[in-house]
Amino acid sequence: MTTPALELRGITKRFGPVQALRGADFTLASGEVHALLGENGAGKSTLMHVAYGLVRPDAGTIAVRGAMVSPRNPRDARRLGIGMVHQHFTAISALTVAENVALTAGWPLRPAPLRARVLALMERVGLPLEPSAAAGGLTVAARQRLEILKALAADATILLLDEPTAVLAPPDAAELLRVVRDFAAGGGSVVLITHKLDEALRAADRVTALRAGRVTLSGPASAQTPQSLAEAMIGSAAPVPPGRRRAVAERAPLVRCEMLDLSREDGRGLALRGVSLTIAVGEVLGIAAVDGSGQRELLRAIAGLVRPLRGRLDVTGPVAFVPEDRTTEGLIGELALTDNVVLGLGRAAAWVHGPRLDWGAARDRTAALIHHFGIRAPDPDVPAAALSGGNQQKLVIARALELLPRVIVAENPTRGLDVRAGNDVWQRLGAAADDGAAVVVHSSDLDEVLERADRTVVVAKGTVTVAPAGAGRSEIGAMMLGGPGGGGAA
Amino acid sequence: MKSSGLIAGVAALAVGLGVLAAGLWLAGYDAASALAALWRGAFGSWYAFTSATLVRAVPLIIIGLGIAVAFRANALNIGAEGQFYAGAMAATWAGLHLAGTAPAIAIPAVWLAAATAGALWVLLPAWLRLRFGVLEVISTLLLNFVAESLVSWMVQGPLQEAKRIYPQSDPIAEAARLPLLPGTRLHLGAVVGLVLAVAVWYVFRRTVWGFELLATGTGPRAARVSGRIDIGRVTAFALLWSGAIAGLAGGIEVGGVSYALFQNLSPGYGFTGIAVALLARLRPLAIVATGVLFGALEAGAGAMQRDAGIPAVAVYVVEGVIILVVLLADAMARRARTAMVLPDAEVEPA
Amino acid sequence: MTPVAEGAALVGFLAASVRVATPLLLAAIGETVTERAGVINLGLEGAMLAGALGSALGARGGPWAGVAAGVVAGALVAAVFAAWVVGARVNQIIAGTAVTLACVGLTGTIYRQAYGAGGAGLSLPTLGPLAVPGLSRIPVVGPALFAQPALTYIALALVPAVWWVLYRTRVGLALRATGEASDLARAAGVPVRALRFWATVFGGALAGIGGASLVLAQVGTFAEKMTAGRGYVAIAIVVLGRWHPAGVALAALLFGAATALQFLFQALGLAVPYQFFLMLPYVLTLLALAGAVGRAEAPAGLAKDE
Repeated sequence: MTTPALELRGITKRFGPVQALRGADFTLASGEVHALLGENGAGKSTLMHVAYGLVRPDAGTIAVRGAMVSPRNPRDARRLGIGMVHQHFTAISALTVAENVALTAGWPLRPAPLRARVLALMERVGLPLEPSAAAGGLTVAARQRLEILKALAADATILLLDEPTAVLAPPDAAELLRVVRDFAAGGGSVVLITHKLDEALRAADRVTALRAGRVTLSGPASAQTPQSLAEAMIGSAAPVPPGRRRAVAERAPLVRCEMLDLSREDGRGLALRGVSLTIAVGEVLGIAAVDGSGQRELLRAIAGLVRPLRGRLDVTGPVAFVPEDRTTEGLIGELALTDNVVLGLGRAAAWVHGPRLDWGAARDRTAALIHHFGIRAPDPDVPAAALSGGNQQKLVIARALELLPRVIVAENPTRGLDVRAGNDVWQRLGAAADDGAAVVVHSSDLDEVLERADRTVVVAKGTVTVAPAGAGRSEIGAMMLGGPGGGGAA
Repeated sequence: MKSSGLIAGVAALAVGLGVLAAGLWLAGYDAASALAALWRGAFGSWYAFTSATLVRAVPLIIIGLGIAVAFRANALNIGAEGQFYAGAMAATWAGLHLAGTAPAIAIPAVWLAAATAGALWVLLPAWLRLRFGVLEVISTLLLNFVAESLVSWMVQGPLQEAKRIYPQSDPIAEAARLPLLPGTRLHLGAVVGLVLAVAVWYVFRRTVWGFELLATGTGPRAARVSGRIDIGRVTAFALLWSGAIAGLAGGIEVGGVSYALFQNLSPGYGFTGIAVALLARLRPLAIVATGVLFGALEAGAGAMQRDAGIPAVAVYVVEGVIILVVLLADAMARRARTAMVLPDAEVEPA
Repeated sequence: MTPVAEGAALVGFLAASVRVATPLLLAAIGETVTERAGVINLGLEGAMLAGALGSALGARGGPWAGVAAGVVAGALVAAVFAAWVVGARVNQIIAGTAVTLACVGLTGTIYRQAYGAGGAGLSLPTLGPLAVPGLSRIPVVGPALFAQPALTYIALALVPAVWWVLYRTRVGLALRATGEASDLARAAGVPVRALRFWATVFGGALAGIGGASLVLAQVGTFAEKMTAGRGYVAIAIVVLGRWHPAGVALAALLFGAATALQFLFQALGLAVPYQFFLMLPYVLTLLALAGAVGRAEAPAGLAKDE
């Protein structure tokens, strides 16, 4: 039995209140393409970050080609022949393709020899690009190729690819997978982190599935079906727990979208097309979507932060928005809690009289909110950065509810929170709906969405589809992942 | 936080003076008599205090306030020097044409002209920032030079005195000159400075706009997303008000001190004003104090030169060191704050 | 005016342009390297002034000793600035302003101490024009470009040298990466802080030579605040030259020409207020900034406080 290229055993890692990995094992054989499957938050990126030296495990061992190692940073990992291509691009926009490769690989910069060397590399792996092109002007697919080239130029024999086809159109994705297979055929080993079932089945030799930090399945790809994979990733099709599930038909809509086209946040093309949706009084609408499917654009359009390209959007105000990134978009860390409450309520607040701001009233109200929402803070004067994540989120939600909103838009409001804090958030949102608000929430935790929402829509492949009533977990999960039916129109 | 700022400021002053004393001693000067002369020149007599220290403090306080407005929104206006000159030019021109009017009209008219000119002088950088995202640091800095050249041309051309001997303007009309405190050279501008400080304090602490400045400066993304604040507009207006106030300082200097326009009217007020604002942590009432402090330093420097033979410019060393110490203290405080990590660490993004 | 006299005026103008541009070019090339690493050094004015004084003091051992002293003085000033900005990570704009302020005070004080309060011109050994044999006889261009002091040749030689280092060596690539995206550069293994520090010191050293050239090859003496904002002008030149050595050289020549233009106009008897020539380059730079050209080309990570 040949030595595996990479072997991770018993990897355990905790981030604050969240247990990201629980004793995960992972073996990558030489010359194989190994798909690592799981939902968002399942731990697949974290596991590979451990191998790449970005994260130190709490427990467990790492072996590269049989030798025990403990990479302390990516440079160590690169020296071991491990290269990683992340979800976010690490190429420097202002530099050319050749310069980016040279920077990572440490190649000399004489233009003619460098160009020849870069071209030779591109030829060898089948990833053609123009070496003198500026990295910033490349298409998404081309940038992806550059990322892989950079890894290979540093003589990687083990490639870790994190969701490489997430942003690619089908033909580019197919091309990439071909390159990956060629690389493996030449003796390299590849880990393909993905949530796309069909891709895993098509391109990989072996598959491993993670769920909530544990390995639930590991074996040859040929022995798997989409259903078996979905079940390993998402769990069995358990009956839907009672939850809120109230009929909200026949109620006045507070949000109405008609044939909405939304462009992507990064400006490259359309995120969603032809979306039509209504959200009624007292309804909690859950959004089930994989990150990057366009759910962010949809939520922000409803919140009034971005304008749709086309179509009609009617939202009854006031609208409260709970952003996903509370530390940079929700709160100003260095300012006091009072200041942050004042920030969120703007000129419509009770303590604003024309141009004047009554800070005493604002502070009193903030103190009341702190008390009412059970926020752990000594007084309203502490800076927001001093609060724990859960308490920060409580403040953001308290502030949002203070607006007496008719519509509440929440972007992954339970991210990074422990179970209790997360429950609290959902309770508040539910109570707001009971008081007549329309609530639309996206969570990357599918369970939450299904348990708490009255109705669920799935955002995938550029469209929004209503989940059939009574649909189970694996069904909705499959819809999110593109389903066994394969590619719909982007 | 308030007290730690004060401690840092006092420490910075001590370090600055210490560096000065050490340097003087090393260079063979009598450091003790130098510092004594410094004190005398600044606070030694009522006349020294009012006519040397406070007179120099007035433009520093006003410019400092203007800079505080901009810096609060993280709009780094380095062009106060040029805006000061723009205001001085406009004030001189207005002052020359207001002979025969009542002071109650002439003086505010001069101020209005000066403030408007100052705002106009920062209009281009504000627009460049709003429209193209151009670093206002560079655009405002460049306009300093243009302003100085413009003044040079004015006092050798259109605004030159009738006699055409010296590169300076004729004195402005009596009506436009600011009344003085009897027995001193302290002019009405001091009152303006105090009133302005209170006004800016009020704006910062009690108005919505003042808060929007703060939010834009400390957390622009949150300001935009959660506060629905138009940070482009806030920044642009911060710059415009900053320029207007700096221009006003120029007008007051012409109306209260020089009564005419000439080159080098400002011994670097636009830059020292940054130190004044910064040392006061952008707090308007503290700016009055730091303005007086720097005014004292520069007034004392004159005496130091006369009595102890130490070049007046040595005081700039003190000013520079003060800023550097404050910056360092702030950086260390920032480091200490972020090291106080909360119990629940954030989850790594999935 | 006779054609001969006009021709002489033209040659004189070109030569003056190059001569006036030299200190600016030296400081600007240095600042180009600094800003390419992501640091904007408003203390450049102070470094230049320190270099000017240092060269005057050091010239007691001959002009080249003066130049060496100028280099050291400029580098020291920049090192202090870099310690604050790269080491303690304070706001670059404010720190630079403070450093220049302190340098003005320091140089003025030391000058008085060394030379008394006289204010009279010092008699310093100067670096006279060094004619390049043969080349200096080319009509018009010859005397303008090839009969300049040695420091001008050094300045001109630095342009291709710095270009080569920036674009043809690994260090230059790492430097540019640092200025564009320091976090990504660090992830790629670049020693960001060390690079920034030394790039800043280098910039200061060149500004020091610029100050030395001002004293020893142009004015011939030291006077307080003699740099008169040239350090800031150098920063404007970097913007106008779009952070590229060749562009910076052209921009520096442009500034030099704009300043020398006034002498030409005087010689030709044209009565245009010289101040407009002083203003011209700044206005040009502002226009370039407005053309969104300047913004697009600035190193993406410039002046970010980490």
